[in-house]
Amino acid sequence: MTARSSRRRGGAAALAAAALLLAGCGSSSTGDAGGSRGASPGPSARLTGTVTVFAAASLQEAFTSLAHRFETAHPGSRVVLGFGPSSGLAQQILAGAPADVFAAASAKNMGQVVTGGTAASPTTFVRNVMEIAVPPANPARVGGLRDLAARRVKVALCQPQVPCGATAAKVFTNANLRVTPVTAEVDVKSVLAKVTLGEVDAGVVYVTDVRAAGDKVRGIVIPPAVNASTSYPIAVLKRSANRAIARAFVDFVLSPAGAAVLAAAGFARP
Amino acid sequence: MTSRSGRQQRSRRADPGVVPAALALPALVGALFLLVPLAGLLVRAPWRGLGNILADGQVVEALRLSLVCATAATAVALVLGVPLAWVLARAPVRGVSVLRALVTLPLVLPPVVGGVALLLAFGRRGILGAHLDSWFGVTLPFTTAGVIVAETFVAMPFLVVTVEGALRAADRGYEEAAATLGASRLTVFRRVTLPLIGPALVAGAVLCWARALGEFGATITFAGNFPGRTQTMPLAVYLALETDPEAAIALSLVLLVVSVALLAGLRDRWLRAGAAP
Repeated sequence: MTARSSRRRGGAAALAAAALLLAGCGSSSTGDAGGSRGASPGPSARLTGTVTVFAAASLQEAFTSLAHRFETAHPGSRVVLGFGPSSGLAQQILAGAPADVFAAASAKNMGQVVTGGTAASPTTFVRNVMEIAVPPANPARVGGLRDLAARRVKVALCQPQVPCGATAAKVFTNANLRVTPVTAEVDVKSVLAKVTLGEVDAGVVYVTDVRAAGDKVRGIVIPPAVNASTSYPIAVLKRSANRAIARAFVDFVLSPAGAAVLAAAGFARP
Repeated sequence: MTSRSGRQQRSRRADPGVVPAALALPALVGALFLLVPLAGLLVRAPWRGLGNILADGQVVEALRLSLVCATAATAVALVLGVPLAWVLARAPVRGVSVLRALVTLPLVLPPVVGGVALLLAFGRRGILGAHLDSWFGVTLPFTTAGVIVAETFVAMPFLVVTVEGALRAADRGYEEAAATLGASRLTVFRRVTLPLIGPALVAGAVLCWARALGEFGATITFAGNFPGRTQTMPLAVYLALETDPEAAIALSLVLLVVSVALLAGLRDRWLRAGAAP
């Protein structure tokens, strides 16, 4: 009941672009996806089956797009995505949730999974910084961070246990502000929803969320001097039933093609 | 020898004291299915650290908030729900069955959907909430009052359905006698009808309270989550599970104790349901 999930089924036939994308995968040193199965490993090895990816809520748009591209590149493959708060996903993985890949929004949550012995050697693939999101009409006339500390302004934050909450707390510490939210939401998309619905005057979310929300919210930039960032590590899980395709998906995320999708969504280089 | 054959004969005539294996086995599996998870809670409970976890200020706050809000929601449900049940059971108005279906909808509606609906009605931009805000400066989301609203929305139908059933089953002869003796309709309701349905009223209120206590989906959607203001026990359990599973188990244990206490209080009504008239 926790993870919002979206499914994309394997799309149309192979496109010419598929070969290009595969070539991108091959550029990674660990791109030996089909090697264990076929006599002819390499970019043309066929990857079929389902890979289940648990990803931080803030990765929703970027990973949905990445999954679609991966499926196009590998006809017969299917990427099942589960999104939610990184802390919650980490606990689900530790409790035995059937996932092949974990992409967290903080090193801390990936660390829990690694310490629990269900993943090894994660790779940091992007970074994300915070931004203030306000409803398009900006009813409380929020102009910057300082306004969030005012009592009249209703602010939604992530709960401090999840990466977006922890990173927002760092921003307030940097700016030497005390902000009391009206609600501490479970994940960043819930914060964004409260802003979109106009139930709060402002929320602190990732820059990528403001971009993904389009004209449903207005973004107010946080000065780089006080802004804080969080790193996103990704890893194949040890219990994965289909390690080849799991590895291939991770390699695709790390490839130049994957990086381009993530950069377009507003993520920063690691 | 003779007595044994006699028993055999009796068992062939479907002795009510013997459970057929075809029923006993699924019944046993069913009972275990309901009990094993509770046993799991007890087995995995961090008994040693329990005191520390439960003495935590946030836990005490969440429990206090849960009890206060569930009780307030039950009070609101009694004030509004009993008259509503009376109308549904007695009012000679056409379309009352449609109304009954509509007001009991929250019984089957997923609570999260209820929460979204509440936001659209009583939220700051909701169809009623916008006026509450501009006329009175009242906003319900993210307040303790919002928790009570969410819990009432989800729990009141339990009370309405229970009380309405009792009103339909009640012998109307007493009410008619009272009316013949000159009592006004309100007096009849107060002095005759209410005492008649007393047990159902208690059962409905307890059911309503229990449902309100366990409310999660509508609460977190409509009232958000903030310790001491809107973070009730179920929210605390859910959020603790993401970071500190031991604390989640401890909190669950508290709710289990409350539930057991509730059942114990109702044992005469429900545990001996078979013996009830």
